[in-house]
Amino acid sequence: MDPANAGDIANLGVVVGGDAVAVIDTGGSVAVGAALRAAIRAITKVPIRYIINTHEHPDHVFGNAAFSDATFVGHHRLPAVLAERGPYYLQSYRDQLGPDEIAKVRIIPPGVLVQDESTLDLGGRVLHLRAAASPAHSHCDLAVLDAASSTLFAGDLLFVRHVPVLDGSLMGWLSLLRQLSATPALRAVPGHGRQVVAWPSGLADEQRYLATLAADARRLIAEGVPLGQAVARIDQAERGQWQLFDDYNPRNATAAYGELEWQ
Amino acid sequence: MPTRRETFGVGAATALALLARRARAADDDPWPSLAAQIFDGKPISSGADVLAIDAPYRAMDAALVPVDISILPGADGARRVRRLTLVVDANPSPLAAQFEFGADAGIDHLSTRVRVNDYTNIHAVAEMTDGALLAVSRFVKAAGGCSAPALTGTANAIPLGTMRWRLLPQKPDAPAGTREAQLMIRHPNYSGMQMNQLTRLYIPADFIQKLRIWQGDRPLLAVAGGISLSENPEFRFRFRPEGTAPFRADAEDSKGHRFHSEFPAAAV
Repeated sequence: MDPANAGDIANLGVVVGGDAVAVIDTGGSVAVGAALRAAIRAITKVPIRYIINTHEHPDHVFGNAAFSDATFVGHHRLPAVLAERGPYYLQSYRDQLGPDEIAKVRIIPPGVLVQDESTLDLGGRVLHLRAAASPAHSHCDLAVLDAASSTLFAGDLLFVRHVPVLDGSLMGWLSLLRQLSATPALRAVPGHGRQVVAWPSGLADEQRYLATLAADARRLIAEGVPLGQAVARIDQAERGQWQLFDDYNPRNATAAYGELEWQ
Repeated sequence: MPTRRETFGVGAATALALLARRARAADDDPWPSLAAQIFDGKPISSGADVLAIDAPYRAMDAALVPVDISILPGADGARRVRRLTLVVDANPSPLAAQFEFGADAGIDHLSTRVRVNDYTNIHAVAEMTDGALLAVSRFVKAAGGCSAPALTGTANAIPLGTMRWRLLPQKPDAPAGTREAQLMIRHPNYSGMQMNQLTRLYIPADFIQKLRIWQGDRPLLAVAGGISLSENPEFRFRFRPEGTAPFRADAEDSKGHRFHSEFPAAAV
């Protein structure tokens, strides 16, 4: 996120039912959220009733204040994670968004919590919500299936072209993807990168990246290569396959090493 | 009976935190007053001829910042390093660890991982056998490491205090007769600045305070640690193993839990 993109870096979703609209993630600033709200108003008069946040990261929740009259829905751990990290996010994203935009941001936790699986009836159109049991991409990932359009809104459980970002558990993420790939959907909306990909084939690149991350980290740990030297040698075969590789791969490599050295 | 320097209780940490803050208000560099406090005002010279410190300029994970200290060849001779102190200047508890080297352990390389709470210098200070203090430092950009939530990895299922010991494969450029060892201890090393996600209360500080490693009855390395050491503390050191006596390690955390492990020397 930076002032030039105003936090507009994540894919956002809208599902219009017979008597309710559901929004899936609200973008990385209130300006992005407001623009999304205006775009929805241009296509439907149906009230915007539900805001679903797929996880806690700022580029997915900082637009929440543009929908403060709606009902917020999220993973059952999301309120606690937002309480813990929200103040830190507001502080650390001040430079990226600028003082005016950051002042508008409100950390709004969900009032409707998803424990495991749940549904939202939009009026003749039912969304299926699935909360990850343990950390994967983040600490509280939530996936949304719109059966009517056979579309899976994967949030940041799915990255396409944009290098995956690990902020939960590598083993948890790989294991969740194996389950998620069985979701009956024809297409998926990733959290970042292309807007729509075929499902589950659109998952292949990310699975390969994460599996290589784990394999490289394990091998270097076994060889006794220390963390400081291992980072630059992990997942290098994936360089060139992803945008923002140098921004996030070293962090992912560090997290993978820290997670796997006790296995 | 711990000496003043080996005291890493919360009281000492708080005193140093206050000191650090006061120092920062007066001057941007907290090091002069920190150094005076930790080393009783003794003069500290540049250690560039004796020591080298390495850490990533920009840390990838502020809660897991590798720091690597080498004692340069030729530094031995009439005097050697007796104790090494690691200070993360801008941390709330700057005194990260003190390492006591066994007299004939031959340690010439040491690394561990620290938490970094703000852009900071990290100092390594060697106390030589002749009493001289020699310092080197390295600047690191990282923030938030002391309050970062605990890791969510596979280690959580492993019992508190579990130790893992490895004699690492010998590197071709290593001096004859030396080996590199790694000791890891499963411990959350709670800093007191981390929040419990469910209760939203701060988790009380609980950290590895003492660690001693021997081969047989020969002391190799003793560590006095504080909250600036990362979760699941890890120590690597290059030393001179001798004979077939097993390695053993004793650790104690700040709540008084004691842990003990023994490891065969067969692989030496």
